[in-house]
Amino acid sequence: MTNLQLLIKKIHVVDPKNQMDGILDVLIQKGKITAIKKDIEPVENAQVFDGSGKYLFPGLIDMHVHMREPGFEQKETIETGSRAALRGGFVAAVAMPNTNPPCDHQSVIDNIIRKANEVPFYIFPAATITKERAGKELSEMSDMKKAGACAVSDDGEWVADSLLMRHALEYASMLDLLLISHAEDRRLSGPGVMNEGLVSTKVGLRGIPSASEEIAIARDLILAEYTGARIHMTHISTAGSVAMIRDAKAKGIKVTSDVTPHHFSLTDEAVDRYCTNFKMRPPLRTEKDRRALIAGLVDGTVDAIASDHAPHTDEEKMLEFQDAPDGVIGLETSLGVALTELVHTKKMDLKMLVEKMSVRPAEILKLSHGFGEIKTGAEANLTCVDVDQEWVVNKNDFVSKSKNSCFVGKKLKGKAVATICRGKLWDFRS
Amino acid sequence: MTKTAWTRKDLVGLKDLSREEITLILDTAKSLQEVSTRPVKKVPTLRGRTVANMFFEPSTRTRISFELAEKRLSADTINFSAATSSTVKGESIKDTVRNIESLKVDIIVMRHPASGAPHRLAERLDVSFINAGDGINEHPTQALLDMFTIKEKKGTLEGVKVTFIGDILHSRVARSNIWGLTKMGAKVVVCGPKTLIPPKVEELGVEVIYDLYDAIKDADVINLLRIQMERQSECFFPSIREYANTYQINRKVLEVAKKDVVIMHPGPVNRGIEVSSDVMDGPSSVILDQVTNGLAVRMAVLYLLSGARKKIEG
Repeated sequence: MTNLQLLIKKIHVVDPKNQMDGILDVLIQKGKITAIKKDIEPVENAQVFDGSGKYLFPGLIDMHVHMREPGFEQKETIETGSRAALRGGFVAAVAMPNTNPPCDHQSVIDNIIRKANEVPFYIFPAATITKERAGKELSEMSDMKKAGACAVSDDGEWVADSLLMRHALEYASMLDLLLISHAEDRRLSGPGVMNEGLVSTKVGLRGIPSASEEIAIARDLILAEYTGARIHMTHISTAGSVAMIRDAKAKGIKVTSDVTPHHFSLTDEAVDRYCTNFKMRPPLRTEKDRRALIAGLVDGTVDAIASDHAPHTDEEKMLEFQDAPDGVIGLETSLGVALTELVHTKKMDLKMLVEKMSVRPAEILKLSHGFGEIKTGAEANLTCVDVDQEWVVNKNDFVSKSKNSCFVGKKLKGKAVATICRGKLWDFRS
Repeated sequence: MTKTAWTRKDLVGLKDLSREEITLILDTAKSLQEVSTRPVKKVPTLRGRTVANMFFEPSTRTRISFELAEKRLSADTINFSAATSSTVKGESIKDTVRNIESLKVDIIVMRHPASGAPHRLAERLDVSFINAGDGINEHPTQALLDMFTIKEKKGTLEGVKVTFIGDILHSRVARSNIWGLTKMGAKVVVCGPKTLIPPKVEELGVEVIYDLYDAIKDADVINLLRIQMERQSECFFPSIREYANTYQINRKVLEVAKKDVVIMHPGPVNRGIEVSSDVMDGPSSVILDQVTNGLAVRMAVLYLLSGARKKIEG
C-alpha cells in the first residue's frame, strides 16, 4: 500500500450505490478510504484538499479504450494512454485487443499486465474472441482469463460466423468472461466510410447503412437468448439498436450496452468538410439516432458511456477521408462532453451520470470492491470534478500521444480537477 | 452579362456556388467560345501564369481539355500524373501538392480518386484549385459544360427537364449536375437500377423514376452515365446484358421521347451498352458539342480564378 494521506474537506459526494449525495469529508490513509463523514478532524501528516464547490465521484471507468500497445506505440502507449485517462478523470479502462500482435494469447496478456503494473492506473485487458481476430478459431480464453483478461472481444471485427459466435458465447460465459461485441456486418458496410443517408449523398462519400449494425445486433441478441450467455454491445449508434436492446432486456436476455460521447453529441452533418477527425466506426449517425441514444441512456437501455478512445497519428489522419483510419480519441473529453450534453441540458442528473461512467461499468465487468463506489476500507479510486468549469478543447493540451479529437475547439462545461488512483493523487487544479 | 464578380480562390464544386456565380461562368464561357474559332486560337489573358494539371487518376479527355484551355489562354502548363511520379514512392498528396506550390504555380487542376481531396487541400493552401473530379463527389467543370450545352440547345435552363440515366450513386458528373441544375431552375430526374440511386437523393430536389420510358417521355435532355463493369462485385445488377436491355437508349426507346430531345454523355461511352451506336452518331446526340463546349467552360473558369488571384495578390 502507498503512503497517500489525504483529507478531502467539504466535497459533494455522489455515490449512487451507497445512497450518498451530500457534502462530506473523506479521509484517505495509506491509500485507503478510512472515513466518510461530516467534519473529520485534521489528521497528522494528511494533506488537506479543499473540496468546496466540487464533486467527488467513484473513480470513472472506461469500458472501451485502445491503448495501442504492443505494436502501435507511435499512436499511444500504456503509459501515455494511462496519463490521458487520469487527466480525464478515469481510474480504470478496458484495453481493446486489436494490438500487434493481437491480444489473442496469454503471453500478450502477461506483457500488457506487466506494463500496466508500472503505471499508476488500472488497465483491464480484453482478449480476442478468435485467434488473430480472424473469426476462424476460438482464442484460448481460459488461459487468458487466468493470465488476467477481463473480457473477450474481436473489437473492430464482428464474429460473422454464427456457429463460432454461438460457441464463443457459451465458452466465455462458462468462464464468466464478458463478451463485448462490435456489431457490424462488414459485407453490408461495404466500402462505406460514413453514415449512409442524405449527408453521404450530399458530400459524395459511400455510406454505411444503419442496417449493417442492426443486423449484427439482432443476430447477437438471438444467440445470447438461445445460449443464455451474457453479451455486451459496445458503441451502439442507431435508434434501431437501442430499440432492439430495450426489447431484449424486457425479455430477460442478458445484454448490456454502451455508447460513446461522440455518438450522443454529434451527427453525420459534421462530415461536411471531409475532416477525418469525424471518421470512426460505427460512424456518426443522424439526429434521430442521437436522440434515441440519449433516450436509451436515460431509460437504462444503455448502461454505460465508453469513449472508444482510438488514437491515430496526425500523419495517418492527414490521409484523404476514404483512406484515413477510423477512430477518435476520447479519454480527456468524455466526462466534459457527458456533463455538457447530458447533465447541463438536464437530460440526467449527476447520480445517473456516475452510474453510466462508474457504477455500471464496474458491475458489468464484475470488478472487485473499491470500483464503482466510495466505501470505507476500500482502496481510494476517486474522481474529483468541477461540474461548472468552462473550458475549450485545445489540441495542444492533450496528454494523449495522439490529437485526433472530434471536439477540438468545442466549449465544454465540466472537468475532472483531480483523480485519485492506486494510492496516488493527481491534482490538476492550476 | 451579370454584374456578379468572381471572388473565389477555388472551384471545388457546384454545391457551394450561387445561381449568380454559375451564370457568370456560363456567360464568360459564351464570350470565350469565339477564341477557338479564330485562325490564331490564342489570347494573352493568362500569359506569365502557371497552371499545373495534377491527375491522381487516369483521364484523357478532361486532362486534354484543360491543357488546351490553358494553352489558348497563354498559360504555362505542367502535367503530373500519379502513375509517373512520387505518389508511387509513398509521398503524401499534401506533400506532393506543396512541392508544386513551392514552384510558384498559380492554379492547380486536380483529379483525385478520394472524395473531398481538393476541398481539404484548397482550405489549407494558397494556390487556386480547380476540381477536375474527386472520387464520386463532384466534377464541376463537366456539369458546367453540360449546362452550357443545354443552354445552347434549349435557350435556357429554367424549366428544362433533364433526365440522368445509369449509375447515379457513383457519378460525380450526376452529383455536380444535380447541384447546378436545381439551382438554375431545371427539373432533374434520375433513372437507373434502385441499387445505384443515392439514398435520399429526392431531398436534393430530384425526382427518382426507375422505369426508363417514364423517365424519358417528357425529357428535354437525356444525360447518360457510363456504367462501370467493375461494379459487379457489389452485386448492383445481375448483368451488363440485362442492364443494356433495361436502360439502353436506342431508336426504339426514343420513340416515346420528345422529337427534339438531346442526348448527352460525359464519355467515355460504352457503345452498345448505355447507348446504341445509331443514336450516339445520330442527330439527337450532342456528345461532341459537349467536348467543344468543355474547352470554353474551362477557359472561363481559369480566367475567372486568375482574376480573383490578381485581387488576392495585388
